[in-house]
Amino acid sequence: MVPVTWYLWLAAILFTIGLSGVLLKRNALIVMMSVELMLNAANLTFLAFARQSGNIGGHAIAFFVIAVAAAEAAVGLAIVIAIYRTRGDLNVDEVRALHE
Amino acid sequence: MQAELVLFWIFAVPLVLTALGVLIARSPVYAAMNLVAAFFCLAGIYVLLTAHLIAFMQILVYAGAVMVLFLFVIMLLSLGDEHLQPERRRVMQYVGVGGALGLLSVLVAAISRLPDQAMGPLANPDRFGTVKAVGQVLYTQFLLPFEVTSLLLLVAIVGAVVVAKERI
Repeated sequence: MVPVTWYLWLAAILFTIGLSGVLLKRNALIVMMSVELMLNAANLTFLAFARQSGNIGGHAIAFFVIAVAAAEAAVGLAIVIAIYRTRGDLNVDEVRALHE
Repeated sequence: MQAELVLFWIFAVPLVLTALGVLIARSPVYAAMNLVAAFFCLAGIYVLLTAHLIAFMQILVYAGAVMVLFLFVIMLLSLGDEHLQPERRRVMQYVGVGGALGLLSVLVAAISRLPDQAMGPLANPDRFGTVKAVGQVLYTQFLLPFEVTSLLLLVAIVGAVVVAKERI
């Protein structure tokens, strides 16, 4: 059997990659993809601990995380489209104002 | 027993590589494709954790719905070649990555304190992570959050339409 710590290592590495993407990349789309990676790292931790403790509640939380991530992607991508329409640019450094 | 170990590495190594690919890819389309591959590898890891329902949802919702949405937006925006030029980097971005690595070291220190024992067998493996088992918990213990999630998705649908549409 694989120890639970290995899954936690994997989740930690995944979360760090996602966080680096959010901080390093300037393209709004890739920033959002990195956020998805971080959410998945959290999910992996939930499921690893659920497997270790035999508590099915972790699966329910992972279910909610997936639902919230889907909602976040829909709204976030709508905002990306709106920003691109008004500014013609996706660089998150350039977008500083909520109005035009 | 050994098979689980082999499968773990078969899924874990491509998972980390494709996740790095999201960072390294220059074109958003390549990044999205790397992310799809990462989600599939992650679904394999979920199966190893006997989370069958969540693994299916990972493929259906993430690799299916969410990534199709991403690809649609990438195509809709029809980005030119400007994103192929190397991005201007600021010092603060590298400081941020340093902070991310600092977080990793904190996590490493925390995880290495956990006992490194193998996970024991489940009490009743047929009833863990299946649709029936998770559904039972969702509709009893987590009923209110489950219903609120439907409200959240409704708000997200309406919000996405309102924000993205030029004129309603």
